[in-house]
Amino acid sequence: MKKTLLLILAAILLISFSAFAGGSGAAKKEITIAMIVKNIGNPFFDVVRKGWDEAVAELGVNDVWRGPEQPTPEGQIEIMESLIAQGVDGITYVGNDPQALAGVAQKAMKAGIKVNGWESGIVPNSRDISVEPVSAQTIGADQVKILAEQIGYKGEIAILSAAATMANQNTWIKYMKEELQKPEYKDMKLVAVVYGDDVREKSYNEALGLFKSFPNLRGIISPTTVGIAATGRAITDEGMIDKVELTGLGLPSEMYEYVMNGASKVFGLWNPKDLGYLNAYVTYRLVTGEITGKPGEKFEAGRLGSYTIEPQEGVTNGLVYMGSLYRFDKNNVGEFKDEL
Amino acid sequence: MKGKNQQLKAGSFVVQWEFILLMIFVLFNFFMSFTHSNYLRVTNLFDTTFIFSEKALVALIMTFIIITGNIDISVASMMGLSSVVLATLFRAGMNIWLASLVGLGVGTFCGFLNGFIITRVRLPALIITLANFSFYRGIAYVILGDEAVGGFPDAFLYLGRGYIGNSPIPFILVFFIVLAVIAGIILHRTKFGRTIYAIGWNEHTCYASGIPVDRIKLLLFTVSGFMAGLAAVFITSRIGNTRPNIATGFELEIITIVILGGVMITGGVGKMWGVVLSIFLVGTIRYGLGLHNIPGQYMLIVTGSLLIISILMNNLIVNYVEARYLRAMAALEQGEELPAEPPEKKGGDR
Repeated sequence: MKKTLLLILAAILLISFSAFAGGSGAAKKEITIAMIVKNIGNPFFDVVRKGWDEAVAELGVNDVWRGPEQPTPEGQIEIMESLIAQGVDGITYVGNDPQALAGVAQKAMKAGIKVNGWESGIVPNSRDISVEPVSAQTIGADQVKILAEQIGYKGEIAILSAAATMANQNTWIKYMKEELQKPEYKDMKLVAVVYGDDVREKSYNEALGLFKSFPNLRGIISPTTVGIAATGRAITDEGMIDKVELTGLGLPSEMYEYVMNGASKVFGLWNPKDLGYLNAYVTYRLVTGEITGKPGEKFEAGRLGSYTIEPQEGVTNGLVYMGSLYRFDKNNVGEFKDEL
Repeated sequence: MKGKNQQLKAGSFVVQWEFILLMIFVLFNFFMSFTHSNYLRVTNLFDTTFIFSEKALVALIMTFIIITGNIDISVASMMGLSSVVLATLFRAGMNIWLASLVGLGVGTFCGFLNGFIITRVRLPALIITLANFSFYRGIAYVILGDEAVGGFPDAFLYLGRGYIGNSPIPFILVFFIVLAVIAGIILHRTKFGRTIYAIGWNEHTCYASGIPVDRIKLLLFTVSGFMAGLAAVFITSRIGNTRPNIATGFELEIITIVILGGVMITGGVGKMWGVVLSIFLVGTIRYGLGLHNIPGQYMLIVTGSLLIISILMNNLIVNYVEARYLRAMAALEQGEELPAEPPEKKGGDR
């Protein structure tokens, strides 16, 4: 009885193997481009996806949109392995920890897949091209400028970031610190950098911790959409409006309430929808061979117009900047709150 | 009496969980092979083992521990701590291999500490390892804070990412299979292995019969720490850097794999090949669903359902065995011979 069943199972296995032994090398006709985001269920990436979908429809390609449930590099590595196994043509990723993703990204490139690393740290040989929304220096410096205007260039300030491994945030913080060295900020003092891990509760608690540890705190910069919204809530709950000013990178839909009640009078962001759109175009152009990712190459990106690939320090592959930081305040946040 | 009851376990029972698992495995692979033309590509199948090989290493020793009726919740935390110690020492300038050895030592010591407290305080392993689950992870956070450390040399990266020569066979897969065979032999072919089952069937009887239960438990938990340390070296190498939260949540996945493999959480029942099969089943399900871009949450649903089925099936088997035992006892009373069937004979299914 048992032996018969085993034999049948073995036969099934053999048949299925032989059935596909010849079929696995079939040529692909259609182009498939894939996006790996930091995690799913993150509203920022939901908006990015709208632009991505728009571009995918314009280009007439297949697409895959994936991200791990938790923002961990382990989850992203597994997804990239799976995309390599599927044999997609191009991958765009925004790494939770670009160092950790470099190995698997190299494997993808070795497998002939074009790789576009979207706004994350510089790791040599881990992508064909980088796309960044705004130059990191501008993002960092602009946030300091906005906060300085709010608090009159005076007082203690703190930064509430995402996870300590996230290269974007770290680079921006580096430029914030650089900006703070300038003479006009001599009366501003950065007292703490804390991490909310892009988790609402943790960010909220970190904000409360800042109020407690630094009673003279005048301002908080939170260069992450989860962090700034959680801090906005903390400022509102604790009655700190006008005592502590808040700025950073946020989504109009989540920040509308806090802009209107004064918890965060001005915050910045690029347009995530355009970012998704641009990333799809860049990856597509790489796959078709119109660009290779070398500095100096030019390409068209649909409604966003034409771009030139710029050189990037420390690596051979080039970089595309989408534009500059956009400021949201009482006057314009309403227009965007349903979209972003 | 429970021990004798278990000895009659499954006897000529055809519907064993491991066998059902094998069928699920074959059928799943069979159907998946029709859904995606890349599914059966040899390189893909081998590459997918990278994702679960570290968990697989720890699952081997977890099998022993659960068969004795204990559990180790702290494995992933020990992995985290070992990995962080390894990376911190490397960053401080220590040779990577020496640092790996120290990391391995830290894991082993953590495991020893678990075993020491459990056998001294005589509290359930669940409580002690749950406490150390937080404790070890906490130390990892204290050491590395919010930083990540990487930049390891290529020779070290080979461990977790490398292949055997030019073949598509990952080094770590071969390493795991060798260890799995050794673990299987120890569990099913040695006196020590039989003792492991005996402790799971009835720990008190074992104490009373002079079996050094405490020493064996201490050994198992120490080896668990060692395996966690080993898994830490591999995952640090595969990912190429480490953070204090590395391998978070692995303990649940590892325990799930072991239970799904037919090891009963109450101890005394389970086979090594069932666990190995379960490792590959969970791995191929993840791979198959991933190939179709099905999000990870569905994976949780699939493993959850399989786990429930496995527990129900095991329960059914136990009920069947109990009924059989009662019948046998009734027969004995009528003067018939009790069918002698030592459990180790069942071990060599491989």
